[in-house]
Amino acid sequence: MLKESIKMALENIVSNKMRSFLTMLGIIIGVGSVIALITIVSGATSTVTDQVASMGANTVTVQVQGTPLKQGLTQGDVNKIAELSNISGIAPTISGQTTVAFDGNTMDEITLQGKNDVYFENTEDVISSGRIINTIDTENKSRVALIGNDIANELYIGKNPIGQEIKIGGIAYHVIGILQESDSFASADTNSSVIIPYTTAMGVVGAKYINSMTVYIADEALADTTTRQIEGVLTKAFNGDEDGYSIVNMQSILETIEEMTSILSMMLAGIASISLVVGGIGIMNMMLVSVTERTSEIGLRKALGAEPKQIQLQFLIESVVLCLIGGIIGFILGVSLAWVVANLIGTSFALTASTVLLAIGFSAAIGVVFGFMPARKASRLNPIDALRSI
Amino acid sequence: MPEKILEMKKLVKTYIMGEEEQMVLKGIDLDINRGDFLSVLGPSGSGKSTLMNIIGCLDVPTSGTYYLSGELIRDLPEVDLSHIRNREIGFIFQQFQLLPRLSAQKNVELPLIYAGVPEKERQARSAHILERVGLADKMNNRPNQLSGGQQQRVAIARALVTEPTILLADEPTGALDQQTGHQIMALFKELYQEGKTIVMITHDADVAKNGSRIVRIVDGNLSEGVYNA
Repeated sequence: MLKESIKMALENIVSNKMRSFLTMLGIIIGVGSVIALITIVSGATSTVTDQVASMGANTVTVQVQGTPLKQGLTQGDVNKIAELSNISGIAPTISGQTTVAFDGNTMDEITLQGKNDVYFENTEDVISSGRIINTIDTENKSRVALIGNDIANELYIGKNPIGQEIKIGGIAYHVIGILQESDSFASADTNSSVIIPYTTAMGVVGAKYINSMTVYIADEALADTTTRQIEGVLTKAFNGDEDGYSIVNMQSILETIEEMTSILSMMLAGIASISLVVGGIGIMNMMLVSVTERTSEIGLRKALGAEPKQIQLQFLIESVVLCLIGGIIGFILGVSLAWVVANLIGTSFALTASTVLLAIGFSAAIGVVFGFMPARKASRLNPIDALRSI
Repeated sequence: MPEKILEMKKLVKTYIMGEEEQMVLKGIDLDINRGDFLSVLGPSGSGKSTLMNIIGCLDVPTSGTYYLSGELIRDLPEVDLSHIRNREIGFIFQQFQLLPRLSAQKNVELPLIYAGVPEKERQARSAHILERVGLADKMNNRPNQLSGGQQQRVAIARALVTEPTILLADEPTGALDQQTGHQIMALFKELYQEGKTIVMITHDADVAKNGSRIVRIVDGNLSEGVYNA
């Protein structure tokens, strides 16, 4: 019976090609736009969250603005934070401007950064050659430096800078590595930077305070608690003045982004699903026309022994089949559109099983919901009246 | 002693038309035995269509009793009536009522689908019965590829395929030319000779003569006519 009904439904759809297509168009557009939006938004979301996560999902970033009384953090403050539980490492940063010189040539307006071994352990691709700043350099306040690409090219023409000397702010350092070349659009242009151990920087460059630091957390699940503890230390250090610093928990940023995009994608899908409802009404309209047109067929089937339920099922299957075909076409169009858009704006494209199920489930549900009334009408026709309507 | 398969006693059918009650059948008494070929002859408006609807279990009487194969047909749920129709009645209509998109064989299979007969058996039975009505070579044709007479033969095959208790024909020659009508009547007679029970409703006295027994219906009353040999 079911097989026969599906077969008959397909025959009906095929024999009314134009009408079937126009009716399906509503479902095609509806499913297509819902699927396209969901796929595009989820692709964009995963691109953004990947980028954020690549900065370190297990990090808490502390930026110090300073107050008139306390301009930045001291090593003592850093040590207090390091004593907290659930902390795997702290990478303080000191920044400033300086002048570099080698062999009589000088370069101005060079960004100086003081960092430690923890930073290099947690950050990939910082240098292109040489070695990184290690624990011993940090502890011994060694006078070693990593230099940017532009500095290497301008000051050491025809020479390998590694192993050479460089004067930073007038003091001689040992060049141990060259920084990875950064493209011009990168936010931090490292081509004209030098990086030295932050402990060295604090002693030599006259930088007394630490401007920012990244705290690495051991267990991400406890990130919120640890963040609060760090905040406690900072509040104390700044005597309760919360304007002196800002603290950002990457995990919570990630969560916020995900929450926002899921609301966004639900909103967009909600708007797009209005067209699904319109499509469903189209289906209902066509099914009602079909019932009216085939009144005598319904009468005949009833005379031959069809139960009302069987008539209802037949029309319901027709509407579901119609919606499913529309849904599949819409799904293919929606996914293709999402693929094109993802490639154009350079976000990732991912098709999840839940999207496929959503499309199929939604179209079948529309078929049932909007096919129900016409099918019920068909099943309730009086066979005598129906047979008479020839 | 012939086996009585249909029995009507004081059967009344009234319709409510607005505020007026209209009595269409006014106390019908009718017995039909297995193997009868009964013609119900009556002009239009005589109530013969209503009688056909009640015999065919498409409608139920207002009062009186109607037994079909020993079962009382009354105001049953539609599911039960549809099962009775499927099992007991083989309908033959004036306008053939074939589904245009289905082949002759598929049309014949239709009542078997509702009877829950498996596909293989449906195909075998429908092929066999189409052969019986002389359409062995037209099984895959659609109705619009068949003549009127052939279409009515398909409809007769569809009525026969479930082996119903009664073949119920409503003006079976009404849409056919005279010669084709004669051929269809010849087929009815053959079926009668094979022992099938036929009830044929017609307004045409010449057609009615083909029956083994004729009853007249006039203004909702039935009067027994002549028995043909």
